[in-house]
Amino acid sequence: MDKQIYLDHSATTYVKEEVLQEMIPYFTEKFGNASSIYSIGRESKKAIEDAREKVARALHCQPKEIFFTASGTEADNWAIKGVAFANRNKGNHIITSAIEHHAVLHTCQYLEKEGFEVTYLPVDEYGMVSLEKLQEAITDKTILISIMFANNEIGTIQPIKEIGRIAKEKGIYFHTDAVQAVGNVPIDVDEYNIDMLSLSAHKFYGPKGVGALYVRKGVKLHNFMQGGAQERGRRAGTENVPGIVGLGKAIELATRDIEGYNSKLRALRDRLIKEVLEKIPYTRLNGHPTQRLPGNANFSFEFIEGESLLLMLDMKGIAASSGSACTSGSLDPSHVLLAIGLPHEIAHGSLRITFGEENTEEDVDYVLEVLPPIVERLREMSPLYEEVKRGVKNV
Amino acid sequence: MYSEKVMDHFMNPRNVGEIENADGVGQVGNPKCGDIMKMYLKIENGTIVDAKFRTFGCGAAIATSSMATEMVKGKTVDEALKITNKAVAEALDGLPPVKMHCSNLAEEAIKAAIQDYYKRHGMDWGEGDVCTGCCDSCHVEEE
Ligand SMILES: Cc1ncc(COP(=O)(O)O)c(C=O)c1O
Repeated sequence: MDKQIYLDHSATTYVKEEVLQEMIPYFTEKFGNASSIYSIGRESKKAIEDAREKVARALHCQPKEIFFTASGTEADNWAIKGVAFANRNKGNHIITSAIEHHAVLHTCQYLEKEGFEVTYLPVDEYGMVSLEKLQEAITDKTILISIMFANNEIGTIQPIKEIGRIAKEKGIYFHTDAVQAVGNVPIDVDEYNIDMLSLSAHKFYGPKGVGALYVRKGVKLHNFMQGGAQERGRRAGTENVPGIVGLGKAIELATRDIEGYNSKLRALRDRLIKEVLEKIPYTRLNGHPTQRLPGNANFSFEFIEGESLLLMLDMKGIAASSGSACTSGSLDPSHVLLAIGLPHEIAHGSLRITFGEENTEEDVDYVLEVLPPIVERLREMSPLYEEVKRGVKNV
Repeated sequence: MYSEKVMDHFMNPRNVGEIENADGVGQVGNPKCGDIMKMYLKIENGTIVDAKFRTFGCGAAIATSSMATEMVKGKTVDEALKITNKAVAEALDGLPPVKMHCSNLAEEAIKAAIQDYYKRHGMDWGEGDVCTGCCDSCHVEEE
């Protein structure tokens, strides 16, 4: 196989060379424990604080409001459980959405078992949360609203500013999982009234296994890890110094020119969407037409199943993903695709393509060259398509 | 994740299509669960002389359909009825555990096509319908 095109940047990204170069010394000569007082310890400490400042600059907050974690998942867990258990005396109600990442959904489900009540707001056909429904869901027991900034599957970007305003008016904490948004959408935690925000380095050309949680000063939150005094005692555990350094460098690079990066990705995305919808019949775009991540295209091709599509694309050197049950290891297709109202059989036939920095117009050309015949080939094998062609089934 | 043999049968499926004037046609599965298998059999003097399929489903579903059609060809109806999902999976050098239900579907499709053959020839099938078209009937081994 000669050609290799990576089109799954929402799953993860490679580490940029400049990021890697900054990380390397902290594995080798600068290996000191940041809690030690001698010079290589102090150097590690300084590196962590520099990274913290970079994250703070990217989010427009104070460095002391940033806490490093071992992943985006950990940041989500910490924010939600931390607020829930610390504010139990005020209420036991949490509002989130039906299309959150499992890091949020499963955390909320866990809390339900612990006696909390959770409202999972439905979304419209584009994956948008309704502000009216949010208003209606709020009770005097509501202690937390957790709504993702941008969806990882369909790319829909939520009205975060409006949600933040509602939360502030009602005096309810607002957490947002911004794992997919950082580097793609400009973020200002004050302007958006965000109280807590999760991010993860491997989605913006940083290393895997390191993330951060922004916690607005004054938010009442239980500590997530008990142990040493790291992260001012709030998240114990010897710091992943190279990872944190990598996160810092990566967020600095990712937020340097968001508009430039955005417009490049948007051009690739929009051409792909337009031509796929033109070239391939019985196809729909999932997610919002405009309020979506710049690199995200998510399609459903009727009468075929997503995993077989991915396998055939892989044979042609294209790496992408799907919301099909077969790729999720469960029997049900993606909860996000079901939440936007797709019938099961159409949700099974989804394809997510997420562009990144290294992609080019030639990559789009190549997808447009290989994708239509693959879809056609699978449809020719499908008894559902045969029924449509024979006119037995109406679509 | 998949064996070379599965990938071979997935990328180059044998016997895709349909048989005009087939002696038995069986369809199992449900689009809701993400897989449907339709099998066509040509049967002469109690022996399966040709088999074709159409499948909507994952890589394993397509590969098992392909393998199942290969396996039934040349067999008598009685022999074909004895083909188990395990035998289909083994012929493909195994399937990942989460994909075993796909081989179940192949066994069911063979049975459904032969049941149809019995019905068309006024023969007594005896048992109930092989596939209820409900996910659970084909996905029995999953959590
Ligand atoms: C929206 C969203 N939240 C959370 C996560 C989890 O982040 P991590 O992989 O760092 O645990 C991801 C990534 O898979 C994601 O896309």
